[in-house]
Amino acid sequence: MIVHWQRALGVALRCGALALILAALAPQPAAATTKIERFITPAGIEVWLVRDPAVPLIALNFAFRGGSAQDPAEKAGTANMMASLLDEGAGELDATAFHERIERKAIELSLTTGRETIRGTLRTLKENQDEAFDLLRLALNAPRFDASAVERIRAQIISRLQRQSTNPNEIASRTWWGTAFPGHPYGRPMNGTVESVASITADDMRSYLKRVLTRDTLKIGIVGDIDAATAGRLVDRAFATLPAQSTLAPLAEALRNVTPQGIGRLILVDLDVPQAVVTFGGLGIKRSDPDFMSAYLMSHVLGGGSFTSRLYREIREKRGLAYGVSSNLIWLDHSAVTLGGTATRSDATKETIELIEAEFARMAKEGPTQEELDKAKTYLKGSFALGLDTSTKIANQLVSMQLDNLGIDYIERRSALIDAVTLADTKRVAKRLLGDGLLVAVVGKPQGVTPR
Amino acid sequence: MPYPMKHAMAATFALLGAFGGTSHASSSGPDIAHFTLANGLEVVVIPDHRTPVITHMVWYRVGAADETPGKSGLAHFLEHLLFKGTKKNPQGLFSQTVATIGGQENAFTSSDYTGYFQRTSREHLKMLMEFEADRMTGLVLTDDVVKPELQVVLEEQNMRVANNPGARLSEQMEAALYLNHPYGRPIIGWRQEIEKLTSEDALAFYRRFYTPNNAVLIVAGDVTADEVKKLAEATYGQVARVTEVAPRVRPQEPVHEAPRTVTLADPRVREPSVQRYYLVPSYTTAKPGESETIEVLAHILGRGSNSRLYQKLVVEKGVAVNASAGYSGSALDDTRMYVAGTPKSGISLGQMEDAIDGVLDEVAQGGVTAEELDRAKTRLIADAVYAQDNQGTLARWYGAALTTGGSVDQVRTWPDRIRAVTAEQVRDAARRWFDKRRSVTGYLVKELQSVEKRS
Repeated sequence: MIVHWQRALGVALRCGALALILAALAPQPAAATTKIERFITPAGIEVWLVRDPAVPLIALNFAFRGGSAQDPAEKAGTANMMASLLDEGAGELDATAFHERIERKAIELSLTTGRETIRGTLRTLKENQDEAFDLLRLALNAPRFDASAVERIRAQIISRLQRQSTNPNEIASRTWWGTAFPGHPYGRPMNGTVESVASITADDMRSYLKRVLTRDTLKIGIVGDIDAATAGRLVDRAFATLPAQSTLAPLAEALRNVTPQGIGRLILVDLDVPQAVVTFGGLGIKRSDPDFMSAYLMSHVLGGGSFTSRLYREIREKRGLAYGVSSNLIWLDHSAVTLGGTATRSDATKETIELIEAEFARMAKEGPTQEELDKAKTYLKGSFALGLDTSTKIANQLVSMQLDNLGIDYIERRSALIDAVTLADTKRVAKRLLGDGLLVAVVGKPQGVTPR
Repeated sequence: MPYPMKHAMAATFALLGAFGGTSHASSSGPDIAHFTLANGLEVVVIPDHRTPVITHMVWYRVGAADETPGKSGLAHFLEHLLFKGTKKNPQGLFSQTVATIGGQENAFTSSDYTGYFQRTSREHLKMLMEFEADRMTGLVLTDDVVKPELQVVLEEQNMRVANNPGARLSEQMEAALYLNHPYGRPIIGWRQEIEKLTSEDALAFYRRFYTPNNAVLIVAGDVTADEVKKLAEATYGQVARVTEVAPRVRPQEPVHEAPRTVTLADPRVREPSVQRYYLVPSYTTAKPGESETIEVLAHILGRGSNSRLYQKLVVEKGVAVNASAGYSGSALDDTRMYVAGTPKSGISLGQMEDAIDGVLDEVAQGGVTAEELDRAKTRLIADAVYAQDNQGTLARWYGAALTTGGSVDQVRTWPDRIRAVTAEQVRDAARRWFDKRRSVTGYLVKELQSVEKRS
């Protein structure tokens, strides 16, 4: 019997870019295993590598800029559908043959579409590394988009969209993003709609592929029992024949560097469920902003992913109003948001929303206390190593650091960046981000909650 | 909707040499230590020196199936209450300390076990052990913390079950599958029983089951067995046995004579689906090799897009949007294998079910191909190699095995036993275990009248 009832919601902290300092934490020589090598392959592709001979496997993570924001406006979901089809037949291999080759060697290949990136992971036993990178090359360079595979995957995506159309969490999220970013790619559902997915053709996906999966925006991280020469050879095998230059559709001037709209509003979507789902959020901060680290620490105190945040204490621990409640920073190329969520019974929804708004207002007005800030600092520094204890996690970090332009020495600098944040910094940034209030989306049948 | 499935019981070492039929000189898995303290606490140490991080877990041999009838949800409620503090460490101190050092923590409850864990950098191990040893017997509960926590659990039930038609169907199916065994009760409990749970209930349950001689300590990560032994003796070793624990004998299933069907209708269902649970042996109740065979069978049938169900129903016949199968083998008593399918629009649930049955019959009559068998074994054995990359995964495998009647050796030798499975055994397992009398079939629909009469 394997169903686990986790004590806390697995609301993932979006700390991909917030790798903390390993070296500072760990005087042991073991820490040296995360030494990052950077090199350029013969074909000119930059690779970040961490060698780890302890386990006979290779983990590759890679990213292209683009994501769902590059979907044609009337064809939302193109990137997602394209990414779902890359392992459904390529080169001489139809979908069944491709999967057979993958499975016979227990290779794991997956692609995921974000708002602004398409990210992939490849995991293989060392002894199968050549086969794994060959299959990756086929998937990226010669996907077939056979009609049978396209229709099969389309049916699966539409089936999922149908299911999501009555899922309160999904409705709340779509409502929030759609209200915060009207007419903007960020406001469109990443996986599209039933109508838009029905209209996507193989040519749409080929065109997207050619525009976006290119070497100029490619970021690569590799971890495993592999040296730089071998890694370079394998990377070139998979990626060297991709087009050199992307042709990303430029964002209209009016859509660049926007802030979320609708702050102060409360949108209510009626759905007959016993528990109302609440998505709330407001202004965020760009990763490149000088106040980013101050904001990150402040946000951790307010709603971060441990059992000690202000929201957790007030909503869950003291009053038992919800199983999970948290909020996090999300940074994008052209905007940034603070986004949180919870779920609570109908007759407690009003109180819960009021408490959340009061905590945001209190943080905006007073900022964190010195003690809270100090604890947030030790948390952020201490939790670094936990994000680096598997090859897959390290490879993921290597790519996130590149996407966020943090520099290869970021890991060494990070502790100092955290320590440099003062209480005044966090108060200033709290006022700046949280002072205007929240956009709230509620899905369910909450009592006494009125839209505004 | 597939039953949440885990590839339980897998192992980590001594398996590379034979992986995929080729030989490996490069590496072997961790050198696992296993010992028992004088007070009966079992300890497993899984070294992984790549990163200065540790995973510290305590598993108790108690779960929802050990609850007294009428008190469903108590094991899980107590899991929540273990965070409410002791005389020595008042509420919140443990969690605050873990957060301050940048650690992660959580807990989980199954039908057979309850576990608590923290992940931190290595130098904090002793402190974690002190806290965890303290709450092994020192829990203090007062109504002002217990009452809000009961509300939290009710919200958890809302979130996981009440708000989710698929989860509600699974709950009904489990209750219908088990005629007598407490696995038929939801782990989170029946809502009307959760509502009545009290501090006294929780403390009585705690005193019955939380004692060092009913627990397993797992430490994985950048540690040595010697170091763990010394620290464990200084901390957990000081906790006296609270009680002797009775053998875990639960009411067993009678002979199943009649297939059951369950239909859950909810206006929010947009995609009807069908699934079936079969009652099958677990790793603990099976004859030698039998569970491994069921594991391979479930894999060939329903894991991934080259599985039989997916190939026949989704790719070839085009009657399904999705189809899958799975087996949850780590359990103290008889467990489940599931098969499931979501029909394409225009295909009825009855047609979907017939098509699934057709595939099961094919396997039972014609067996599986050598290539299918080989691919399944390769993948299952590779799971064990990939697991070496994740100390948390290894810790969970050993913890689950040792609290469901398994042993360290069984986990270690699991890949060898998977490797030994033959095509003939897989066919025989399909014949034996796809017995509808030992099954429940569940339909998830929008309206009740949309289920057509089966002939």
